[in-house]
Amino acid sequence: MDLSYTPEQQAFRAEVRAWLAAHVPAEPLEHFDATHAGFEAHRQWENTLKSGDWGMVTWPVEYGGRGLDLIQWLIFEEEYYRAGAPGRVNQNGIFLLGPTLIEFGTHEQKQRFLPPMASGEEIWAQAWSEPQAGSDLAGVRATATRDGDDYILNGHKIWSSRAVFADWAFGLFREPGSERHKGMSLIFFPLDAPGVTVNAIKKINGHVGFAEIFLENVRVPAFNRLGDEGQGWHICMATAGFERGLMLRSPARYQVAAAKLAQLWQSRQESADPMLEANVIRAHMNAEAYALSIYQTASRLMAGAKIGPEASTNKIFWSELDIHLHQTALAILGPEAELIPPPGEHDWLDDYIFSLAGPIYAGSNEIQRNIIAERMLGLPR
Amino acid sequence: MDFTLNEEQLMFAETARTMFGDNCTPDHWRKMMEADVAWDDARWNAIVETGLTLVLLPESAGGLGLSEVDFALIAREAGYVALPEPLVESAGVAAPMLAALAPDHPALADPAATIAIAHPSNPFVASADRAAAILLEKDGETYVATPDQVVLTPAPTIDPLRRLFRVEWDAANVTPLGKGDWGLALDRAALFNAAMGLGLAQRSVDLAVEYAKERQQFGKPIGSYQAVKHHLASAQVAIEFAQPVVMAAAADIARQDAHSRARVSHAKIVALEAADKAARASIQVHGAMGYSWEVDVHLFLKRALALTQSWGTPAFHRARIAHRLFTQPNGPDQTFARDAAIRETEHA
Repeated sequence: MDLSYTPEQQAFRAEVRAWLAAHVPAEPLEHFDATHAGFEAHRQWENTLKSGDWGMVTWPVEYGGRGLDLIQWLIFEEEYYRAGAPGRVNQNGIFLLGPTLIEFGTHEQKQRFLPPMASGEEIWAQAWSEPQAGSDLAGVRATATRDGDDYILNGHKIWSSRAVFADWAFGLFREPGSERHKGMSLIFFPLDAPGVTVNAIKKINGHVGFAEIFLENVRVPAFNRLGDEGQGWHICMATAGFERGLMLRSPARYQVAAAKLAQLWQSRQESADPMLEANVIRAHMNAEAYALSIYQTASRLMAGAKIGPEASTNKIFWSELDIHLHQTALAILGPEAELIPPPGEHDWLDDYIFSLAGPIYAGSNEIQRNIIAERMLGLPR
Repeated sequence: MDFTLNEEQLMFAETARTMFGDNCTPDHWRKMMEADVAWDDARWNAIVETGLTLVLLPESAGGLGLSEVDFALIAREAGYVALPEPLVESAGVAAPMLAALAPDHPALADPAATIAIAHPSNPFVASADRAAAILLEKDGETYVATPDQVVLTPAPTIDPLRRLFRVEWDAANVTPLGKGDWGLALDRAALFNAAMGLGLAQRSVDLAVEYAKERQQFGKPIGSYQAVKHHLASAQVAIEFAQPVVMAAAADIARQDAHSRARVSHAKIVALEAADKAARASIQVHGAMGYSWEVDVHLFLKRALALTQSWGTPAFHRARIAHRLFTQPNGPDQTFARDAAIRETEHA
């Protein structure tokens, strides 16, 4: 064990810091789920990132990345959050589908889809859940019927984040007549293809952050299938592993929030409940513990290990720490907690509302606890 | 930046695990409790033969000269078997401290001898009665005594495999040793108790998992019910996010700055919280059996309770984290930071 950065890692941090200082917009962008303009401003930012080759630093150079390792990725993320850079509008693409494509895609698929993903030219949504298939994802009914070199897609997808404004979706479909985990394939489709209808769904914060998608005889080439026919469930689980295990929620996000919480506490402790100091300290501890765990995971993966069911513990930990942290902030704010903050001020309230989604998306925490119990501890199903 | 353990570290921990697994079984616990003892000569000999008492001693004092990371892995295994003997206090804390002050002290010459330590943060001293030497502190000075040079009064504890004593002494009857690094002693003890906490916690979960697979109710193993699963999954989450903190604290303990002390304190708090949470979940999963003397989970609950409050209470450790949080820079680039003032001194 050696928990110090090498001179190369320190130089890399300095490089990232300098670039972000020169490029991060001075004014925060409108949220990408709030309006089309906000979404497009974030797409523009992704393009700016790409101009510095920062789109997705861990990907191979030939697919629009920098070929960096996971420690460098963590350093990049730390600097990114530290700089207050805009949220990644293409997170479903770059953090979820991207790593999965790199593992399961053909060279041609990687060439076709990864570079425009890294540049924000094509922004992705996930189309897995259905009205009758949420936690029980193996219950999806949407179908992909083979027709020569094409698939004909039909069905009803829902809770697709970013789908209102995004360009592409990666969906889970089954061969007609197949059951449960068998016969499923992961297939990409353009959200503006003939036969696709996208209806916005308002979230509890009023944003049109997710959508339902109706597919009626949508024709896509078989080239858009990731992995083998029928391998969809396996690939989805690998994607979920990246999602829960490493990529989706950077520790830096919570460390920045915990540092802001400490400042909030110090500026208000005269008037706030003294009992809250313990919560402020706990929020810092939680963020640190998550960061240390991710550094450990990154080291293990670099030494050749694979992400396993322990990824489910991450998802529970970050989602619960996020709520605790923001509840603490609102408690410090007291009667001001309910006020919509003026533009430019830190929005504890909106971040709190968003944190409440954490135990639900990317597989509910109840499902994660089942996975831990069954696959880590070996309890019977 | 490398957060992995090397082959030697993993192998040594595996050796310790096997040795403890053979010498500290439920059968051993029960026989010891029946006999009302907290010491087993055969087991201590096995510990000594495996070299565990020499891990942290410098090679100049006949030790192995290994690091706190190595010893933390061993302490975790000791926690997994609720080890009665004071391996952590003696070999992890007192012996390296004595070696730093008096490398030729006779108590260090015998690898089977134990050394007790009366730290100002602890009103009670573990296993002081059988120690070849007891380290004492007064007004910043360190002293060493043998048990017959001090007055020991047993302080009965709820942990049936632990022995505590109040120590009264007169500086005129004991040997002065100079200053002594009592801060480092506290950090090592807190760290290794945290590592033991990880072992205690994992054993509590493992005992419950074993039981929940076998015990049937409503025609199914109780471990197939989500209410049972979720208790144990939550305990496992607590373990998973205490473990890297313990390892990071071990790796940087030698720095002795605000950051390293806060990390040790963080490890101590969360590892023993995990131990308590896991023990209580385990008792709940065992049902009425869990509340009985028959099932061994109570040993892990009691040890967790004991270790939580010794070597700095949770309030003491939280204050050290607060000191780091409110006086040092914070944020994602500070995870592995050092104290700025100390860093400047080193570079000067």
